[in-house]
Amino acid sequence: MREELLSLIEKNSRIDLKELAVLLGKDEIDVVNEISKLEAEGIICGYHTLINWEKTSIDKVNALIEVKVTPQRGQGFDKIAERIYNYPEVRAVYLISGGYDLLVILEEKSLREIANFVSDKLSTLDSVLSTATHFVLKKYKDHGTIFDKKKIDEREVITP
Amino acid sequence: MTKPLSKLVEEIKPSGIRKFFDIVSEMKDAISLGVGEPDFDTPWHIRDEGIYALEKGKTFYTSNAGLKELREEICKYLKRTQNIEYNPLNEVIITVGGSEAIDIGLRAVINSGDEVIIPQPAYVSYEPCALLAGAKPVIIDLKAENEFRLTAEELENAITDKTKVLILPFPNNPTGAIMERKDLEEIAKVVIKHDIYVMSDEIYSELTYKDKHVSIASIEGMQERTILINGFSKAYAMTGWRLGYACGPEKIIKQMTKIHQFAIMCAPTTSQYAAVEALRNGDDDVKEMKNAYNQRRRFLLNAFKEMNLECFEPYGAFYVFPCIKEFGMTSEEFATKFLEEEKVAAVPGNAFGNSGEGYLRISYAYSLDNLKIAMERLKRFVEKLRNKS
Repeated sequence: MREELLSLIEKNSRIDLKELAVLLGKDEIDVVNEISKLEAEGIICGYHTLINWEKTSIDKVNALIEVKVTPQRGQGFDKIAERIYNYPEVRAVYLISGGYDLLVILEEKSLREIANFVSDKLSTLDSVLSTATHFVLKKYKDHGTIFDKKKIDEREVITP
Repeated sequence: MTKPLSKLVEEIKPSGIRKFFDIVSEMKDAISLGVGEPDFDTPWHIRDEGIYALEKGKTFYTSNAGLKELREEICKYLKRTQNIEYNPLNEVIITVGGSEAIDIGLRAVINSGDEVIIPQPAYVSYEPCALLAGAKPVIIDLKAENEFRLTAEELENAITDKTKVLILPFPNNPTGAIMERKDLEEIAKVVIKHDIYVMSDEIYSELTYKDKHVSIASIEGMQERTILINGFSKAYAMTGWRLGYACGPEKIIKQMTKIHQFAIMCAPTTSQYAAVEALRNGDDDVKEMKNAYNQRRRFLLNAFKEMNLECFEPYGAFYVFPCIKEFGMTSEEFATKFLEEEKVAAVPGNAFGNSGEGYLRISYAYSLDNLKIAMERLKRFVEKLRNKS
């Protein structure tokens, strides 16, 4: 049930437990226990909400920053990654194969704040060799969800 | 013009679904549970392959039997899922949906006056197609107590010396019933004993929720007498692409190909290229859609249980077939009243044969949110009816 349970709550973390049990064909108590286990094992890491900020009057600027770093002896990339992800404005940090090492996703209120973060905090770190900053202009799809797409049922109402 | 039209065609009754459709389409804000096609879009990589085929200018006829590449993929698919071997060169034909395969398959084997056994409730085209082929349809009324499976005894009783073909429509539309290996083995014995053909319509084969689907063609002695029909509409959500296929003994496929060649020429080329992609890389999509259907199926069965509505557990397709006999109304009366009072459209069971009387076909090719609203309304409706009596 684990995989099916995870894929259901990945799409809808607010789903009611009773309903979840019905959809999985399991007893509610088993589902509750499984979720607790998944939380304890650190497999379920949180229950977030996907927000299309563009539709609000609140300003958010997102940037993807490619970072090249010198890995440190004995610690690899973990240590430098930690120094970066501890900043609260950093939304995500991924170790990447290919042309650069770390992909840092940043969310701020303005371009200036992002520029400040990159110049003051990120590029001044000892092991950071270079950065390349890309600003997000528009989000079409996030977390598997297409923004602004209303699905209209175009099927004939009754078919054999 | 006063000259009469074809008597054979004129005598065919229009589909019972049509009548209901006309009522529903006038009601704008009704929720429908009446469709027989997936609610998913065709997976993007399959659509992309269709677009790509058009871009590359693959816009010509294919061979009559269909793209060789596709026939080969179909044979591989049947080998890996059913362990049946077909020769892609002469034992497979690509058709315009499973529907065409039903039509030309019957026409290829029927002589005027032959009997075609049709277990009902069943999809609406078997009977008219049999009539148009010049056959006499012999109906078996399947029973709820057998979970709408066909039994060897029922079959035995329907066979005469004129019987030519048995149509085997499982997983079933409208009941959701399946036939498991043990059921099919019993049927196979009778079929072989009386030396008749089987047309096995397995269009819902990928949508089973118990064990994996078993094709009757995989049972010993059956491949030589079975026309296996399948297609891409249900498994890959490709209804509008109009693509199906039939596999069977060379001598039957040869005759079917002749009719197809003169009436159709070939199935749509774009769809055939897309279907190759579906068979090569579509297994995960099928699995994902099937999971979603299964969740909805469980949701509906639970909802019926909560409102005390009788319904056997169907293990196939995307339909449930609850019994509404307790309300003392015909299926049509019930469906019409339900539509008028609660604005939910479900197809009356009798549209699929007399043995569907007293039942309702509810499709779960709808989002869970839709089904939730519909079940709230059904519950209210059912309680209202019970309080009155």
